[in-house]
Amino acid sequence: MPPLLEVRGIVKQFPGVKALREVSLTVARGEVLAVVGENGAGKSTLMKILAGVQSYDSGTLLVEGVATRIDSVEAALEHGIALIHQELNLADNLSVGANLFLGREPRRWGMIDQGRITREARAFLDRVGLDVDPRTLVSDLSIGRQQMVEIAKALSVDARILIMDEPTSSLTQHESEQLKGVIRDLSRRGVSIVYISHRLGEVRELAHRVSVLRDGANAGELCGAEITHENLVRLMVGRDVSQFYRRSTSPSLTPSITASEAPWLQVRGLRTSAHPRETLDFEVRAGEIVGIAGLVGAGRTELLETLFGIDPAIAGEILVNGVPRAILCPRDAIDAGFALVPEDRKGQGIILAMAVRSNLSLAGLHQHQRHGFLQTAFENQLSTQSIRDLNIKTPNPEQEVGFLSGGNQQKVVLGKWLALEPRILLLDEPTRGIDVGAKAEIYRIMESLAARGVAILFASSEMEEVLGLSDRTLVMHEGRIRGVLSRSELSEEAIMRLATGDSSSVDRLPQTLP
Amino acid sequence: MKKLLGIFCLLTVVCVATALMSDQFVTKYNIENLLRRTGLFGILSVGVAFVIITSGIDLSIGSVVCLIGVGLPWMLTTLKLPMAVSLLAVLGVSLGVGWAHGLLVTKLRIQPFVVTLCGLLIYRGLARGITRDQTMGFGNDFKGLRWLATEKIPVPGIEGFGIPVPFILMILVAILAAILLNKTIYGRYLLALGRNEDAARYSGINTHRMIIMAYVICAAMAGLGGMLFVLDVNSAQPADFGNFYELYAIAAAVLGGCSLRGGQGTIVGVILGTALMQVLRTMITLVDALPKNIEYAIIGAVILGGVVTDEVVKRYIAQRKAAKQLQA
Repeated sequence: MPPLLEVRGIVKQFPGVKALREVSLTVARGEVLAVVGENGAGKSTLMKILAGVQSYDSGTLLVEGVATRIDSVEAALEHGIALIHQELNLADNLSVGANLFLGREPRRWGMIDQGRITREARAFLDRVGLDVDPRTLVSDLSIGRQQMVEIAKALSVDARILIMDEPTSSLTQHESEQLKGVIRDLSRRGVSIVYISHRLGEVRELAHRVSVLRDGANAGELCGAEITHENLVRLMVGRDVSQFYRRSTSPSLTPSITASEAPWLQVRGLRTSAHPRETLDFEVRAGEIVGIAGLVGAGRTELLETLFGIDPAIAGEILVNGVPRAILCPRDAIDAGFALVPEDRKGQGIILAMAVRSNLSLAGLHQHQRHGFLQTAFENQLSTQSIRDLNIKTPNPEQEVGFLSGGNQQKVVLGKWLALEPRILLLDEPTRGIDVGAKAEIYRIMESLAARGVAILFASSEMEEVLGLSDRTLVMHEGRIRGVLSRSELSEEAIMRLATGDSSSVDRLPQTLP
Repeated sequence: MKKLLGIFCLLTVVCVATALMSDQFVTKYNIENLLRRTGLFGILSVGVAFVIITSGIDLSIGSVVCLIGVGLPWMLTTLKLPMAVSLLAVLGVSLGVGWAHGLLVTKLRIQPFVVTLCGLLIYRGLARGITRDQTMGFGNDFKGLRWLATEKIPVPGIEGFGIPVPFILMILVAILAAILLNKTIYGRYLLALGRNEDAARYSGINTHRMIIMAYVICAAMAGLGGMLFVLDVNSAQPADFGNFYELYAIAAAVLGGCSLRGGQGTIVGVILGTALMQVLRTMITLVDALPKNIEYAIIGAVILGGVVTDEVVKRYIAQRKAAKQLQA
């Protein structure tokens, strides 16, 4: 008997990257299949293809042995494949019942048959063990219960394969347990579950089989008792390290900055509003490049934004050069010597419809003004200098930033801050969506800043970036710093072990600094 | 620049057409009148342009015009307050109104539309309440103050023609506004946050303070306008004084190139937009062939036509650019 779903040699190319290179996968009836991999391994892309959200370039999909083309969400649903979105896709201003039957409401005399909706909705809610009145507004339910409604909705259209992308990432402990129960129950009734998760503990508990992706290709499969933390991490990592960018100068090699020097940035007992229960303690020395590794949702962005005053800390101390600084807004942070290159370049880093020149000067205007008047000389000099020093490719300084490539846009963001001569540079995903050449340029800029004594703290999901650039690496997991790796201890495996929350390894690795 | 040229051409065309259809258009009296009205409405439009640039809106302008317009004569004639006290009160109320709008929009994150819609109702109600709906005016007194609105500065060489003081006041306001918008860091901050408030905030700009400033400028201009309007006509009825003026102001700003999405607009454009609106109104009055009661329909159609043309031209340019890139 052929498997319920089989994927053969799927290829998906995005501009500049090959997201999937001939990936294959099978899903048996009633099976719980976990798909794991690092950030950017291609898991989400593959799931979107299966659910008809995204197209694919080549390869075959077989449903019960018959080759099919899935080119829309409707086509996927027809074959019984439904995707439970990471961000829930419910109309939260409508009732649970109305959501279950959205777009196919039962009608009587041309009007919506409320009674039937309520009756039939109850049956589907029972199947996922959700005890709520179908007339309740979705917005009145917790996130966990909303997710159950999504699952019930998928079941109501006869889904045979449920795809879940990080379903427990925003659930409480109790809700996660309930969800696991529902998944086991559905699997017993013959519904297959394809499940993406960063939480390896959960994978070990739930999955019958695990398929590991690495860099958009199959890295291996584990069954039953083979599913151990060690095996999973071993398959997830293991890239060719020799091709990575390597930091050429390291503070340990430059005698001017010694380990005995006082740390430039000290963070003590910091609590962010995103993870109020965790405290963060670490330090960064002048001239040091410290990476923050972690999986999606580990709290890296929140940490950087807290340091920069976007979302001020709820407790703890931030000391710059030994002096405690109150940072309640970005201006406080800038005055303390911080600069932030944010994660969302187009939304937070630059103003697309403004000229390169005005973008470059934006943060420095308040320091270079005369009674509130713009200093044209400052703007012109800064833009000429930045364009030359950072090698920003633009026809002229008046060009709108929106017309520049991603790499050049990022250099504009860097240039904006370098004009202020920051002492602590925070970068969040500094090379996301940037081509290889520009990446190397940005790494060189970071290095030369460090060589001039700037303390650099950067968060990155790109393993090679963390491995290649950082003198030390903080590894975060669920809002906590799980460990600090020095350059000699740094390896992909060590990072993944900490980032996936394997507590057994924490004891063997150096804890946070004294 | 292209936008300014477009609106300038439109203004010229309407002027020439009206002059051809009516021999009363190019007369000293009519041109003085046009300049006076452009001056009065232009002050309101420049004010609202600042709010529109932050991607906000101010619907309360007409009611502020009314509150100040009936409040000033009420204080001077009914309460018999000294002139200095009355003028200070006018200033205080205008700034206070704008400050309150700004605080509600930034700190409580209420939509500008809602905040200023409530303002529209509240100030109109207050104006009618304090005057018990009685018409307010200065009678034959306060000639000195009324000079600001009624007087004209003779132009040497042209007998019997002068430039009305309100027009000169508007030019002063416009110059100050253009300097603020283009030459100071605050103007740059407004343009930046109007395009992308997050990016401005992440660059260390106190976006809330800037937005509050825009609402204060807008209300101050509405207050100044209200004062000049009542000094000009000498009598104000609380029930309808300043009705719809916010819409004239917003329409002129949009016609002059401000985008309601924010971050875009020039003071010269706003003045040209105001002038165009006033010329259109004059045209409807002077040209016999046009029925008088469709004034609003004509103004609406011209604004819509202008905005549609702008959008179509923009798309055409974008398409051509894309086609060029494809070839290259």
